Amino acid sequence: MGTSLAGQMVNLLAAFLLLVAFAMLSQRRVLSLVRLFAWQGAALAASTLLVAYSTGQNHLYYSAALAVALKVILIPWVLHRLIDRLDVRWDIETPINIPTTMLVGIALVIFAFALATPISEMSSTITRGTLGIALACVLLSFLMMIVRRKAIPQVIGFLAMENGLFFAATSATHGMPLVVELGVALDVLVGTFIFGIFFFHIREQFDSLDIRHMEKLKED
Amino acid sequence: MELLSVLAFPLLGGILLGVFGHRRWAPELNAAMSLATLLAAGALTVRVIEEGPTTVLEEQFFVDPFNVFLVALTAFVGFTTALFSRPYMRTEEHAGRLSAGRLRLYHSMYQLFSFTMLLCLLTNNVGILWVAMEGATLSTVLLVSLYRTPQSLEAAWKYFILCGVGIAQALFGTILLYFAAEKVLGAGGTALLWTHLHEVRGELEPTVVSLAFVFLLVGYGTKVGLVPLHNWLPDAHAEGPTPVSAVLSGLLLNVALYAVVRSKVLVDGALETGFSGNLMMGFGLLSVVVAAFFLSRQRDVKRMFAYSSIEHMGIMTFAFGMGGPVAAFAGLLHMTVHSLTKSAIFFTVGHAAHATGTQSMDAIRGLIRQSPTIGWGLALGSIAILGMPPFGVFTSEFMVLTTAMHEHSWATPFLLVALGVAFAAVFGKVQPMIFGETTARPLPHPPALVPVFVHLAVVLMLGLYIPPYLVDWYRQAAALIG
Amino acid sequence: MTQAPTIAFQIFQSILVVLAAPLLMGWVNQCRAWLQNRSAPSILLPYYTLAKLFHKDAVIAEHASPLFRLTPYILFGCMWLAGGIVPVLATALPFAPAADIIALVAVFALARVFAALAAMDIGTSFGGLGARREMLIGFLAEPAMLMTLFTAAFISGSTQLTTIVDVLAHRQFVIQPSLAFAAVAFLMVLLAENARIPIDNPTTHLELTMVHEAMILEYSARHLALIEWGAAIKLFAYMTIGFALFAPWGIATAGDWAGLPLAIAALVAKLAVAGAGLALIETVSAKFRLFRAPEFLSTAFLLAVLGMLTHFLLRT
Repeated sequence: MGTSLAGQMVNLLAAFLLLVAFAMLSQRRVLSLVRLFAWQGAALAASTLLVAYSTGQNHLYYSAALAVALKVILIPWVLHRLIDRLDVRWDIETPINIPTTMLVGIALVIFAFALATPISEMSSTITRGTLGIALACVLLSFLMMIVRRKAIPQVIGFLAMENGLFFAATSATHGMPLVVELGVALDVLVGTFIFGIFFFHIREQFDSLDIRHMEKLKED
Repeated sequence: MELLSVLAFPLLGGILLGVFGHRRWAPELNAAMSLATLLAAGALTVRVIEEGPTTVLEEQFFVDPFNVFLVALTAFVGFTTALFSRPYMRTEEHAGRLSAGRLRLYHSMYQLFSFTMLLCLLTNNVGILWVAMEGATLSTVLLVSLYRTPQSLEAAWKYFILCGVGIAQALFGTILLYFAAEKVLGAGGTALLWTHLHEVRGELEPTVVSLAFVFLLVGYGTKVGLVPLHNWLPDAHAEGPTPVSAVLSGLLLNVALYAVVRSKVLVDGALETGFSGNLMMGFGLLSVVVAAFFLSRQRDVKRMFAYSSIEHMGIMTFAFGMGGPVAAFAGLLHMTVHSLTKSAIFFTVGHAAHATGTQSMDAIRGLIRQSPTIGWGLALGSIAILGMPPFGVFTSEFMVLTTAMHEHSWATPFLLVALGVAFAAVFGKVQPMIFGETTARPLPHPPALVPVFVHLAVVLMLGLYIPPYLVDWYRQAAALIG
Repeated sequence: MTQAPTIAFQIFQSILVVLAAPLLMGWVNQCRAWLQNRSAPSILLPYYTLAKLFHKDAVIAEHASPLFRLTPYILFGCMWLAGGIVPVLATALPFAPAADIIALVAVFALARVFAALAAMDIGTSFGGLGARREMLIGFLAEPAMLMTLFTAAFISGSTQLTTIVDVLAHRQFVIQPSLAFAAVAFLMVLLAENARIPIDNPTTHLELTMVHEAMILEYSARHLALIEWGAAIKLFAYMTIGFALFAPWGIATAGDWAGLPLAIAALVAKLAVAGAGLALIETVSAKFRLFRAPEFLSTAFLLAVLGMLTHFLLRT
């Protein structure tokens, strides 16, 4: 048990991220989803800060600032605006079977851990265990995108998946080079805006953001 | 300098067309920017052939025979597609399907799409490769949904979500790769540079790298359209504007495959087993077989040729998976001829759809009566894509098959059956479209058929005779990845 | 060291558990009354109730089998046993080898089985309904409980509750995310198992919602008293298991009389806080519809499993 306090804190935040990923999976209300997404971003930024502090990797401070600006403030704000403008504030999604989804989620977590364990053992970084959690977060967000039938939760799942990847990059490998992280952040931002434009187009055409209307293109 | 201008022209074009894209002369500007890119790419090619691989701008960009070959191909098809889109988009505007604002979006995104693809090819940074690939998705998503019909929105949404998810897996793979490289190269900028990774590839941790490859293959494989990750591809091809279908099939799939092949080279160096090759062969073979059987069930002409693209990407993946100089040569050749042929087919299909007002194959009849050039273009293109001699597709498929016969004989029956099924399906559907009573009307703008016949002529030439310098070039590239 | 002091300790603890359990109940009720702005009943009210019930004559249905009469004693015995072996005040008690977490869960399960059987014995519709609901909850809560306990067991490398407490109480401070997960899961199981609010309402007799009360509807007088007392001991035992796993500070070693006052003080403080917390939870949350109960408990199970998994992954 020779790890430092910072390492333990990062582990704790990792566990929190996993918890948030599960909460998102089971959350039916759109607004709560956005709030959870912001929480996830905050945990991400905090863990990045801790890693930056404990390893002395200065570029991670920029990453943390980026995470706060983008994932805690900007994207949730944009999503809130979108939800207001689309007037889907009180949208809830009923047809998801939560216990089953949860069990699938647990299976995914086990899968992710099994995949990541051999790799974690090779690592020398203080936060080596977090890679499995990051992968689990990615897979859980993936699951969320599969089970959701509405456009906005799907997009939040997409963004949460990127959060998981960001966590993998910062905690397991102490951050990708800054230029790459900037590029990824740009892509995510542009992606969010394009999704936003899409919501309006979809609603214009289908009178709803339910993507079950959009399963017409099938093989005959 | 040539390298930077290859990237600068489309970027500049994207900005200019973002401002002037709604003017009358925008299509010409689009074509001019593409031509400039093509010229720069040509100069770059000459430079690389003469001087060998180089890196530029603190090693952030690099060229070697493999990627410069794709750069040239991308710039060329990008230019010819810009020529084709000139009358095509005017007809759409004429028919009232697109407003001036949409055209501005189209032209700007077209150039940005070229930029992202060229950036994918030229960057030395595996992370930037990912960023550019995601950029390519983002720019094409708006192109696929250009008509804003329910179908096109659905196709674009599917494309966005599936490719977004797929490409996220690729990012995880990239992170794992960095994780492995960091231990050898140290943290910081160089651990993601392809040239550096290539040098130390033997020292990378095998377990990490093989896991990274699985993620990279699944991620970029989604963009290649490998079965079972192909669902977005037919929809996006069928519902987007035809020039977009042409560049998606002809270029984007290649670029995604380029990323896979680059990863494979690294992984092979680290593993020294057939792991990555076998995986690619499996995915490739599955794609060929499944796509071939889906071909016969299609009613929409663009959808059918989209499935044909999946089939051909499968053949290339299989060829690169086999590895070795001959198979890699065949894969590169197939990449070239498939790009040229498939984009030519989409050009003619686009005009044919305009002339008949539909994309349904049952309703397109007798193209050759109304416009012999469109009819013949489609006929020759289909014959070429089906791998009939004397076209180049035959040469490359023949090489793939003979290599497979030697090295993995179990795979050849699958390939042969799939090619046979594909032939029967496509030929049976295209033949009545070309001959018989016509349903076509004259087009309001003269069709751009020069690109079609230039492409087909090049494909024909590659089937009959590959110039020695081209053979040499392919060999160099094949040696890099074989 | 002779056996005598530790045996004395054991007896002391067992008696303390039985006697203090209704007090805890009273405290929880009092806190709840304060929180709900009612004038609080005496903290000793549970004792009065028990005394009153013991003085009444028992009325038993005609068709009741011996099982029906026997069950209250079995329930009380099970709970007492559980309360006796959990390290409430001290570790290394003579009964400690019996305090295996799996055995503990089995003891609770045994009590549950008898309660359900007795409820169905009379053949009234409410009894059957309550028993069915209880089994539904139990079959979901038990795996979650086991998973929670396993998480702690993995950390300390033993399924002996005493050893777990020893390890957890006397180690260097380390943040264990897995224990945080387990603690939340344990809390949820505690609420469900003790018929507390999100799952069941201990004060209702509304047929649509009651679970535990429906099962014991046919009991009266001393039988009812024993069951109520047993329920109080169960809550007490659960809380002390929770302390043992997640807040083991201040516990004494058997035979160490000097540590006893501190152990008692710590226990009282912890129980006071936990009881107030329980009342708070019951006040701020609303009861779930019955078919949301599986969701609640599967969440608990999920958290417990996550706790265990994170333990494996973050083992450093």
